[in-house]
Amino acid sequence: MRHLSRTLLATLLATGTLASAVACSSGGGSATGSGTAKASTYTFWDPYPQFDAGSAWAKLVASCGTQAGVTVKRTGMDTTDLGNKALLAAQQGNAPDVMLVDNPVVSTLVQAGILNKTSDLGLDTSAIQANIIGAGTVDGSAYGIPIGANTLALYYNKNVLKAAGVDPTAIKDWASLTAALNKVKAAGKKGITFSAIGTEEGSFQFLPWFWGAGGDLTKLNNANGAAALSLWKGWVSDGLAPNDVLSNTQTTSWQEFATGQYAFGENGTWQLANADKAGFPYGVISIPAQNGGAAPAPTGGEFVTVPVQKDSSRYDTTKKIVTCLTSSANLLSTDTTLSYIAPTSAVQTQQVAANAELKPWVTAVAAAKGRTSGGLGTKYPVISEQMWTAVQSALSGGKSPQAALDAAQTAVANHQG
Amino acid sequence: MTTVRADRLQRSPATSRATPAEPTEPLDPAARTRRRRQRRRSQLTAWAFIAPLVGYLAAFYLYPLYRNLDLSLHHYTVRSFVDNDAPFSGWANYSQVLHDPTFWPAMRNTMVFTLVSILLQYAAGLALAVFFNRGFRLSGTLRALFLVPWLLPLIVSSSTWAWMLNSESGVVNYGLHLVGLAPVDWLTSPSWALTSVIVANIWIGIPFNLVILYSGLQNIPGELYEAASLDGAGTWQQFRRITFPLLRPVSAITLLLGLVYTLKVFDLIWIMTKGGPGNASSTLATWSYRFGFGSLLPQFGPGAAVGNILILIALVFGLLYIRVQRRQNA
Repeated sequence: MRHLSRTLLATLLATGTLASAVACSSGGGSATGSGTAKASTYTFWDPYPQFDAGSAWAKLVASCGTQAGVTVKRTGMDTTDLGNKALLAAQQGNAPDVMLVDNPVVSTLVQAGILNKTSDLGLDTSAIQANIIGAGTVDGSAYGIPIGANTLALYYNKNVLKAAGVDPTAIKDWASLTAALNKVKAAGKKGITFSAIGTEEGSFQFLPWFWGAGGDLTKLNNANGAAALSLWKGWVSDGLAPNDVLSNTQTTSWQEFATGQYAFGENGTWQLANADKAGFPYGVISIPAQNGGAAPAPTGGEFVTVPVQKDSSRYDTTKKIVTCLTSSANLLSTDTTLSYIAPTSAVQTQQVAANAELKPWVTAVAAAKGRTSGGLGTKYPVISEQMWTAVQSALSGGKSPQAALDAAQTAVANHQG
Repeated sequence: MTTVRADRLQRSPATSRATPAEPTEPLDPAARTRRRRQRRRSQLTAWAFIAPLVGYLAAFYLYPLYRNLDLSLHHYTVRSFVDNDAPFSGWANYSQVLHDPTFWPAMRNTMVFTLVSILLQYAAGLALAVFFNRGFRLSGTLRALFLVPWLLPLIVSSSTWAWMLNSESGVVNYGLHLVGLAPVDWLTSPSWALTSVIVANIWIGIPFNLVILYSGLQNIPGELYEAASLDGAGTWQQFRRITFPLLRPVSAITLLLGLVYTLKVFDLIWIMTKGGPGNASSTLATWSYRFGFGSLLPQFGPGAAVGNILILIALVFGLLYIRVQRRQNA
């Protein structure tokens, strides 16, 4: 008897293991199956893990679901994680119904064939500014709707500039900016902080200078690109920018600026709310181009996308949810929460009316360029990786700016896509 | 090794008992079927007991390994990853990786990182173990304190190291400033970044070595030391002739485990330097991650290839260990 019960126990254990293993493997493939409970629940992913269930954003998402007659199950995850998770989910056939992704990721996901065109879904994108939706446009078709846009500019500390005798309105080009930095250094304060970290953030921060010199992403190593990298390199070697820009994220760079020791900080629209808390008067100027005027900065911000589903009957409801999220009233509240600039001029006007400080940012966004725009698409990630590597090796003194960019260009050319 | 031989002698009667005695008298057919059924059932029982383990190993060890090999032998783009129809590309990913200008620097960094880390960890761990083995007041408390690096989550200790070594506001440069030395760009200079992550890694690895070597020391009988000191052996000679040789098996396993742990260190380097500046502190582990997840466009094939090379290196050292151990036991 004892023997029998032991056999039974072991068999039970074994079948249990097998059953759970089978359950694991089938769980992946059943996006369309399993009946009514699933049909009324729509999945929604976004890169805003900072917003919990009680936040205004989560409530907005939930209410858009309710209006469409379904429950929306929202998951917030880290932005770098989101793209990889999306690819894995698509491979297993259970991509979310709606997904907010960082704009340079859109072209990668399009390349993977997992996003629907907005025109196929019947979504209206005519009101969106062309340069903002450009980051999510591949071969003339848009694959998402921007929820908002942000870009980079130079924050300055009024106290530091005043003490050093620098007039911020006189900064029109690189020469006057470098002169201002030298004055600040002579007055015993620190010049400028930015992020040159070896990730996409580093490329994002370098682009305004690169484009401001007339640089071309398809020819990283031409004289214009080298001029931009030499500018940064010169600042770091002359002590006008700290050496730790090499390990700064945009957040740690902001923390440095917020110490009040720095005259300038290159940072984004999303820091506006923090700027008011910094405890010193600040101003914002657009990033100057090499020979004067505002340099084109890259657009940041997320796109609302609709991944391909096996069950195309879900799209009707999905469309309602997306339309709700991107309606003017909801864009206004979302972009106010995120400290973003709205993608439509109508909402931008409302934003500026409510907060006049946003005016320079609206101008900056209007002049900004998408990183993947201009037909670059999935070539951009490859170029960007080599660009931040070049920035890192030049600023750390490993290579000269020209040599670093030459190596980067060779690596891009050798890349096997 | 005397201890091992003694073990084996004790074990041998047990093994002979385990083999069932053959039946001496012939059995009638009914009894034989009963017997066969019983045996089959007991065999089934054995398999049923093994099944959870086999299932677990297959799901969590074999399949990932197989999948990694599969990834490294196909040309994956984002689209073929999703559609799962990547063309077979043979060794193309491996040859791409081997010809990449990053390969040899990353390989060199991996070797320097691993060897310097485990040697210094081992030396420091052994010194501390010998020190604590003398048993003095508060030695227990002190030993517990030495375990702290091991208990801290890696993200906490690596971030703390990154702050301490920050070139602008780090406490290490502040200390250098106080004694009148010029600041060092610990994490952002190509000549220092690797050293900095090695130092942090040694700090994290010392407790592991300390604990294992300390328990090894406790197994060395005290009489040996007494006898040695009666024969006039000094402290150093006692260490060299008794402690070190008797600790050899424990040392071997400590070094091997340390090697495997250190080869695959990723989080520490990623948090502190991201493998930078440039590739100055990239190892095979961080490089593999960068292929797969570091840019917006994942390259799973080459990433998996680098991962497999790493596994292969660990395997070679593992086999080396088994060989050495076998020779020691023989």
